[in-house]
Amino acid sequence: MITKMNHASIFVLDQDSAFDFYVNKLGFTVNTDADMGPGKRWLTVNPPNQPDLELTLMPIGTGMMFNDESAATMRELVKNGTFGFGAFECEDVRATYEELKSKGVEFSKPPTEEFWGWNALFKDDSGNWFSLGQKKQD
Amino acid sequence: MDQYPRQYMYMRAVRAKIFIDANFASAIDLNKIADEACFSKFHFVRLFKEIYGRTPHQYLTDVRIEKAKAYLEDGQTVAFACFKVGFDSISSFTGLFKRRTGQTPKQFQIAREEFRESVATAPLHHIPSCFAEKAGWVRTGSGSDRAAPAKSNLC
Repeated sequence: MITKMNHASIFVLDQDSAFDFYVNKLGFTVNTDADMGPGKRWLTVNPPNQPDLELTLMPIGTGMMFNDESAATMRELVKNGTFGFGAFECEDVRATYEELKSKGVEFSKPPTEEFWGWNALFKDDSGNWFSLGQKKQD
Repeated sequence: MDQYPRQYMYMRAVRAKIFIDANFASAIDLNKIADEACFSKFHFVRLFKEIYGRTPHQYLTDVRIEKAKAYLEDGQTVAFACFKVGFDSISSFTGLFKRRTGQTPKQFQIAREEFRESVATAPLHHIPSCFAEKAGWVRTGSGSDRAAPAKSNLC
């Protein structure tokens, strides 16, 4: 049976920019940064407190999973904010919102109280959106 | 404290956290951090812990340990990392580091050096094979790179 997930991919427009966003703004940790030859790089980061989950910052370019046409399409879709790639948790959404906003992170939904807790939505530097949640304490 | 709008209090607590992030290496104390956030010490500690799950002092220590890790990863000595992040005793730094990470600073540094060396010389050990194959990254070397199993059994 499946026991856990250890890699997931986030498709990004530019790996250098994504590195800055995920590491310097979100505070993620670099796990693996491997030079794979000219113009090729395998870059993964860990969310804080999750050293066994690697998020691959996957560039959208020809090769790997795309041909020229599908890469161009995918880049447009990502840029336009088509994809939500995940939901992150934090200790306190309102405080995290204030901190990330002060670092220039763009939110499409400010902290909002839901029946289950608090929720906000932010975008990464490519246009992917993520939920930021905080469950209510029992 | 309770007469202030909640959002206002959050912004001040966040400001205090950012202050710690920026000034971790200085000899800042709790009163100084509370002053920065315009709080009384009591209210400051209470709100900070409510938001971040740790006292400001615990958070400051966490930040210092994380920054020390970065210096150690850069190849700096244990003493350099210790003093650079604001600790004033190598033995207490080493003890604290081990309690938080399970490794001494030196053990941590050696393990990270080995990891980086492995990523540089045998990157395919660190990439799920299905992705490597899709990218056309194949093993062409000999020795341990060829013999060792791929990083994971994902694909």
